[in-house]
Parts: sequence; structure tokens; C-alpha cells
Amino acid sequence: MLATDRIIFRTRMTDRVFSILGGLVTLGAILFLGVLLFDLARDGLSRIDWQFLTSFPSRRPAQAGILSAWVGSLLIMVVTAVTAIPLGIAAGVYLEEYARKNWLTSIIEINITNLAAVPSIIFGLMALGLFVYRFNFGQSILAGGLTLGCLILPIIIVATREALRTIPRGMREAAYALGATRWQVVRHHLLPYSMSGVATGVIISLSRAIGETAPLITIGALTFIAFLPPGPIATDPQFAIQPFKWVWSPFTVLPIQMFNWVSRPGEDFVQNAAGAGTVLILLTLSMNSVAILLRYRIRRRIKW
Amino acid sequence: MSAVPSSTTGVGHDGGNRPAALPALRPRSAVHRVIEWFVEAGLLAAAAFSVFITAGIVYVLVTESVPFFRHVSIVEFLTDRMWTPMFAEPRHGIMPLVAGTLTTTAVALLVAMPVGTLVAIWLSEFAPARLREIVKPAMELLAAVPTVIYGYFAVDFVTPLLQQAIPSLPTFNMLGPGLVMGVMIIPYVSSLSEDAIRAVPMLLREGSYAMGAGRFTTAVRVVYPSAFSGIAAAYVLAISRAVGETMIVAIAAGQQPNLTFNPLDPAATITAFIVQVSLGDLPHGEIGYQSIFAAGVTLFVMTLGFNIIGAYLRRRYRQAY
Repeated sequence: MLATDRIIFRTRMTDRVFSILGGLVTLGAILFLGVLLFDLARDGLSRIDWQFLTSFPSRRPAQAGILSAWVGSLLIMVVTAVTAIPLGIAAGVYLEEYARKNWLTSIIEINITNLAAVPSIIFGLMALGLFVYRFNFGQSILAGGLTLGCLILPIIIVATREALRTIPRGMREAAYALGATRWQVVRHHLLPYSMSGVATGVIISLSRAIGETAPLITIGALTFIAFLPPGPIATDPQFAIQPFKWVWSPFTVLPIQMFNWVSRPGEDFVQNAAGAGTVLILLTLSMNSVAILLRYRIRRRIKW
Repeated sequence: MSAVPSSTTGVGHDGGNRPAALPALRPRSAVHRVIEWFVEAGLLAAAAFSVFITAGIVYVLVTESVPFFRHVSIVEFLTDRMWTPMFAEPRHGIMPLVAGTLTTTAVALLVAMPVGTLVAIWLSEFAPARLREIVKPAMELLAAVPTVIYGYFAVDFVTPLLQQAIPSLPTFNMLGPGLVMGVMIIPYVSSLSEDAIRAVPMLLREGSYAMGAGRFTTAVRVVYPSAFSGIAAAYVLAISRAVGETMIVAIAAGQQPNLTFNPLDPAATITAFIVQVSLGDLPHGEIGYQSIFAAGVTLFVMTLGFNIIGAYLRRRYRQAY
């Protein structure tokens, strides 16, 4: 039976070779990420210091910093989170717990699937036409935050639905049997139980939003900002408190600041770009790690 | 945050075998009926809001580009070989931008399709379960890196590296950003393909093993063909992702519209053009301003087409078993 032995040997060898090849290719893709991080950190880490974090951009690369950029990113995220999170969760709850099978529901569902695949720059064009000019929000933090809110809405909706779907039917039945109304079931049981799953989706969507550049450039975010948005307490005593004035302020964000520095000639500005990029990737990677840990914990802890 | 009950709370834990319960009854108290009505209306409004976003996109793209197409005929738009809307004597042929978009997309797909497929097959058919748990999140991080950082990497690292192999390669070219974009969309291909591969019933694999096939033969001859419509959907959605990708090409592929399919040349894509124009301060309502919406319509139609094909293919593999 020498022939069979040879066939078995050959089959095993092919499997072994392919397994190693696949492993190497996968490793290569991850290695690519490693090289990228190394390349960025090599130029960027040395650039990050207190002065870099607390200075405005400048024509002199050594004095330039990312103060207006990270403040802008933070404020944009506030507007995005405040609008997209409640809307996304509410929409997810409706589609999973309330919606009947009818034409309206299927339109909404198809629409969300499609919206998730629309390029982000198209959201920017929509916001330019609608928020900036039609609604007259101008090129403000409000317009930028709403743009990114629209962009991440589908991600939050899908994450909410998936989290709700993992709750066993028995939970709902038990609550209904005790006389709870539908909203009571959602409010007291389904929302709390799905909270970690929803939080995972929210964190991932915000990490996506914080790195988005194109839609904000499209609505006309500035690339050079040497001031901060007005704080809640004005220096002018006549209008002492102006808690929401900052939403109307022009802005720049970290990725735009980085883009601006990348596209300038000169080695020094490239270093600044790497510095801004390092800060940006530390933010996104830490957000994603939190999300991964959260997901891992959910999978381990929940045994319905 | 950790309101997740442990199994010991026992709420509803014995209900597994009971017949399916009816949805909520009509509340007895009028107060609750009113609350329920308002809550449901509010939640429905939130869900319907996503439809308004789409309506807003279509509305803006149409109303802003209609004046453009009143000025430039569709024939000129599609056949003129020059795109110079900012010049004193503007030419409005979208083809150079489309060529740039298609070329960078093609380069990206040459990376993402084979690598993504290989990774998906390896992860689902070969990798040990524990390794898979580590590798999958790491792969997903590839899609989480902000694209502006990929653009920096393309121009700062990948293109100089390529220039050592191809000395004539200009600083801005479509090859470097295309390759980087390809790596970026690997996780889109691999995770969707893996879903499709997982949907292939175990019986098919067992049948193949029973006939004496090895794991490689089973994966390539049985699993891959069975999952093909799902994997094709992953490819198509990756195309759509690459067509709409902006920052990598805006940074590293150059800003000059250039009717060429040679990846070694610099060329602007549709998205890079929109970014370039948006950076300048264009007066609202002029032809230059309108031209970005005309470019946007082209991009939207292209990605919509790919998304529809992708959705169709995905539905097909879901129904297959």
C-alpha cells in the first residue's frame, strides 16, 4: 500500500504548507500594522511634549502645537455623542422590539444597511448643502458634530440590535407575565442587560468618528486655527454665562491638523504630522482596546 | 455599566420550553397607555430619522448638481478627457477622476482580495481556536486606524520603499496609496468572507473528508465554491469601500486629474478632488462649488451600484442553506 501512503503523505504536506502560508500572510498583515505604528512613533513620540499639546499651530514648525486640534476633536465628539447615541439606541430598540413586519420597517432596515456603506465624504457633501448652507449652521462645531453623528448612526443602531438579540426571549416573557408594559420591559430589563454590548458599539463608532477627516474638510473645517472656542463663562460681564456659544465656533480637528502638516513641504512639519498622528492613534487604539476587552468580558460573563 | 445579570438571578430562566409568548398586552391604566404611545412614537421617529439622512443626501446631491448639469451637458461630462473646473477656460470631463479612482481601487483589490480570502480561509478552517481569538481583533484594528494616518504612512514609508525598487517612481503615485488602501480593506474582505465560510454546513466538509480529501482540498474545492456568493459580496463591498476612500489617495496619489490607468503615475481621484476643492474657500453657488457635487453624484452612483450588487450576492448565500 505504498501508493496510499504517498497520497496520505502528500495530502498532509499540502495541508501543512497551506496552513503555514495562511498563517504567514495573516501575520504579515498584522506586521504591517506594527511597522506603521513603529514608523509613526519613531518620528512622532519625540515631538510630543507639554509645549506640543498646549500650543496653537504656527508657521514655525518647532513652535507649533495641537491645542486647537485636540480641543476641536473633543468638542466635536461631544456633539456627535450627544446626538448619535440616544438616536441610535432608540432606533435600535424600535427596530428590534417594536417594529412590525411591514413596508415601513423594511424600508428603514434597507436604508440603514445602505447608509452604512455610503462613503464618508458623501456625508460631508450632504452636510455642506444641508447643515452649513440650508440650516445656516455655518462651518461650526455644531455642523461638524452632526455630520459625524449621521455617519456613525448606522453603526450604533446595528450594535444595539445585536446586543438586544442576545437577550433570551424568556426574559421578555417573564416580564410581560408580571404585567409589565412594553416600555417597562425595555427600560428595566432589556436596556440594562444589553448595556455592555451597546457600549462596545458606541466606543467603536466614536473611535471611527474621531479619525474621520474627509467629511469635516468637505463642510469647510479650517486647517489653521489659532484660538479656542468661547468657554461657558464670558469675559464680557454683560453676557456672563453662554453655555452653548462654543457650538457655533469654527474648528479644526486632530486628523485635519495632521493632514495639513503632511501636505506641507519640509521635514519639520512631517515631524509635527507624526506627532499629531501618534496622539490620534493612541486615542483610537485605546478606545478599540476598551471595546475589545468589553466584548471579551461580555462573552465570558453572560451565561443566560 | 455592568447591569448584566448573572445566571443566578433566575429571571425568566425556566421559560425556555414554554410556547412563544404574545407581545405586550394593552396596558390597563390610561396613564400607561399614553406613555406607551409616546414612547413608541418617539422610538419610531428615531428609527425613521435614518431615512431622512438618505433623503438629505439625495436631495443635496440632486439640487446642487442640477445647476451644474444645466451648465455642462451630460455628454460633455462623460466624454470630455479633461477635468479643469478651476481654470479660466474650464473643462468638465469626469473621466480623468474616474480613471484615478478605478486605478487606485484596482491596486487595492489586487492586495485585499487574495490576502483577505486567504486570511478568511485560514482563520475559519486552519487556525487553532485560541489563536483565532487573538488574531481576529488584531485584524480588525487594521480597519480602525484613521485613514489620514494610512495616508501619512503611504507617503512617508511605502512610496520611498517602492522608489528603491522603481527609481523612476514619482513622490505622488497611485501604486503606494493603492497598496496601503489594499491592506486597510483586508479586514472588510476577511470578516465578511469568514461569515460566508462559516455558513457552509459542516456536512459538506465531512462529506469531503470522508472521500479522503485533506483540509486544503476541502477548503479550496468544497468550502470556497459553496461560500462563493458570500465571498463575492465581500469583494464587491470592498470595491465600494476602496472607491469611496479619500484621505489616503488625497495625501499620497497627487492632486492633478490625469487620464491614465498606469499606477506608477500620479492622478487625482473623485474623492481627492472633492477634498482639494473643499480646502479652498469656494463661494457658494458657483460652478466650481457645484462641480464637487457633480463629482459626488458620480461617486454616489458608483458606490450605490456596488452596494446593490453586494447586497444581492449576500442575500443569495444566506438563502442557499
